[in-house]
Amino acid sequence: MVTVTINGLDVRVEEGTTILEAARFVGFPIPTLCHNDGVSPYGACRLCVVEIGQEPRSKLVSSCTYPVEEGLKIRTASQRVVRARRMIIELLLASCPQSKTIQDLASAHGVRQQRFRQEHEDCILCGLCVRMCSEQMMAHAIGFRGRGEDRSIGTPFDMSSDVCRLCGACMYICPACQLRCTYNQPEHAICNACANLRPPCIEKEEYSDLMCYMKPCVACEIK
Amino acid sequence: MSPEYIKEIVSHHQGELGALISILEDIQARHHYLPEDALRIVAEETGRSLVDIYGVATFYKAFSLKPRGKHHISVCMGTACHVRSAPGIVDEFTRELGLRPGETTQDREFTLETVNCLGTCALGPIVLVDGHYFSNVKRTDVKKIIAKTSSGFAEEPGDREDRLFPVEVYCPHCNHGLMDEQNRIEDYPAISLACSFNGTRGWVRMSSLYGSHCLESEHPFVADTPVKFFCPECHAELVGKAACLDCGFPMVTLGFQGGGSLLMCTRWGCNNSTISLNGHLWRDELRNDAREQIPG
Repeated sequence: MVTVTINGLDVRVEEGTTILEAARFVGFPIPTLCHNDGVSPYGACRLCVVEIGQEPRSKLVSSCTYPVEEGLKIRTASQRVVRARRMIIELLLASCPQSKTIQDLASAHGVRQQRFRQEHEDCILCGLCVRMCSEQMMAHAIGFRGRGEDRSIGTPFDMSSDVCRLCGACMYICPACQLRCTYNQPEHAICNACANLRPPCIEKEEYSDLMCYMKPCVACEIK
Repeated sequence: MSPEYIKEIVSHHQGELGALISILEDIQARHHYLPEDALRIVAEETGRSLVDIYGVATFYKAFSLKPRGKHHISVCMGTACHVRSAPGIVDEFTRELGLRPGETTQDREFTLETVNCLGTCALGPIVLVDGHYFSNVKRTDVKKIIAKTSSGFAEEPGDREDRLFPVEVYCPHCNHGLMDEQNRIEDYPAISLACSFNGTRGWVRMSSLYGSHCLESEHPFVADTPVKFFCPECHAELVGKAACLDCGFPMVTLGFQGGGSLLMCTRWGCNNSTISLNGHLWRDELRNDAREQIPG
C-alpha cells in the first residue's frame, strides 16, 4: 500500500494502481476518451492529464498510464490541467467534430471555440478498437498502419481479414465513427445541442418516471 | 515464393529480442521489398499476428511493400542540398528515367527516392546510389551517374586501403631499422625479426601495414605459444613491460619511426598491436600496469 495525496486528500491505495484508478476510487472525476476498463491503458488521447509534483516543478502526466508512487502529490483539476484539457478537446474538435463523444466532452468542459483549421476525420487514432479486437475478442484483425500523417487503422493490405469474425466490437467501442453527432453543421465545430437540450424531467409533474428516456441522467435527483 | 528460406531466416533470429525487424531486413535484402506472402509466412512462423508485422513493415521508411529496383537512387533534399538546386537534380532524374520520386522503372532496374539528409551537407547536392556517394552533383552529371550505375561500380576502389597504413619501426636497443626492403609483403617492406619459440630459432617477417596481420615465418607457427623476439642486427631480446589487453601475454616494444612506439603481443595467433605516440603518457600507463601485475 502506498499513500498518495489527491487534491489535498491523503489516500492509501494498492501499489501498482494508476492515478486514474486511485482518483476514481475516491471519487474525483477525470475525463477520459481512449480509456476503457476492459482494455489495457494506452495514453493516446491525453485527456486524463493530471498535475503531479510540487510547484514550480510540477508536470502533466496521463493519469491512465501513470502508476502511483509513495508520497505523490496529484492535482486532478488545477488551472493548468483544465487549460490543457480544454486545448486537447479543442484539437479533437478540430479533427473530428462529428463525434458525439467529443461534442459532449466539449460541452461538459466549457469549450466554446475551435481556433484550428477544421477537418472532418473519421478516426482520432485512439486505438480503442485495436485493443478491443486483440484483447477482448482475441482476433488481432485490425491494427495501426503507417506513420505520422499516414497513420491509419485497418486490416493488413486493406483486404477483408480472414481472422475477423465481424463481431462489431470495434464499431461498438469507437468514440468517433459510431456515435455521430447529428446536429453538427460543417461551418460550426461546436454543436452544444445535446448539452443545451432541456431535460424532459424539468417539469416533472407533467411526466411520469417511465417516460424519461434519459435513463442514466440524474437531473431529477439533482433538482 | 518458397517458405523454406523464410523459415530459415526466422529460425536464425530465434530467441532474439525484437527479432522482427532483423527478419524483415533479411527478407528485404533478398527481394529489395517485402512481398505480401513473405509477411504471411513470417506471421505464421513467429506466431505473431499479421497486423503487428504489417504495422512494423509500414511504420519504418526502410521497408517497402512495393517492388523496388535493383539500383536505389536517393537524392538528398535536405536544406543544404535544396538551396544548391537539389530539386533540379530530381527533375533531371525524373526526365532521364521517366520516374517520379518513389517510383520504380518498368524493368525493375532503378528506384528513385528523395531523402531529407544524408549527413554530408558540405558536399551537397548529394546523390546516393547503391551505397556510393556522388557529391557536388550538377544537372549534367545525372546522365553519367545513371551510366555508371548501369555498368556497375566494379572499377571503384574499395575502402580497404584507406584504413591500412604502412608503419616503419626500429630496434629500441641499437636504433637499427627493422624494415626489410628485399622481402616485401603486400607491396611494402616487411618488418623482419629473429624469433625463438619451443627451443627453435628462426626468422619472422610481418606486414608493415598496420591492421593487416599478414606474416611469414621460417618455422610453422604453433598457436598460443609465447614467442621471444630478437633484433636481427644486435641480437638483443626485445622486451616490454606491458601486458596484452586481449590475452594477458607480455607485449614487446618496438621503436616507431617519427616518435612513439609500437607494442605487439608475443603470443602466436594474437593480432593485438598498439601504437603509442605520446611517450610520456604511454610510459606512465605501462608502469602502472606493470605494478599491478607484479606485486612488490
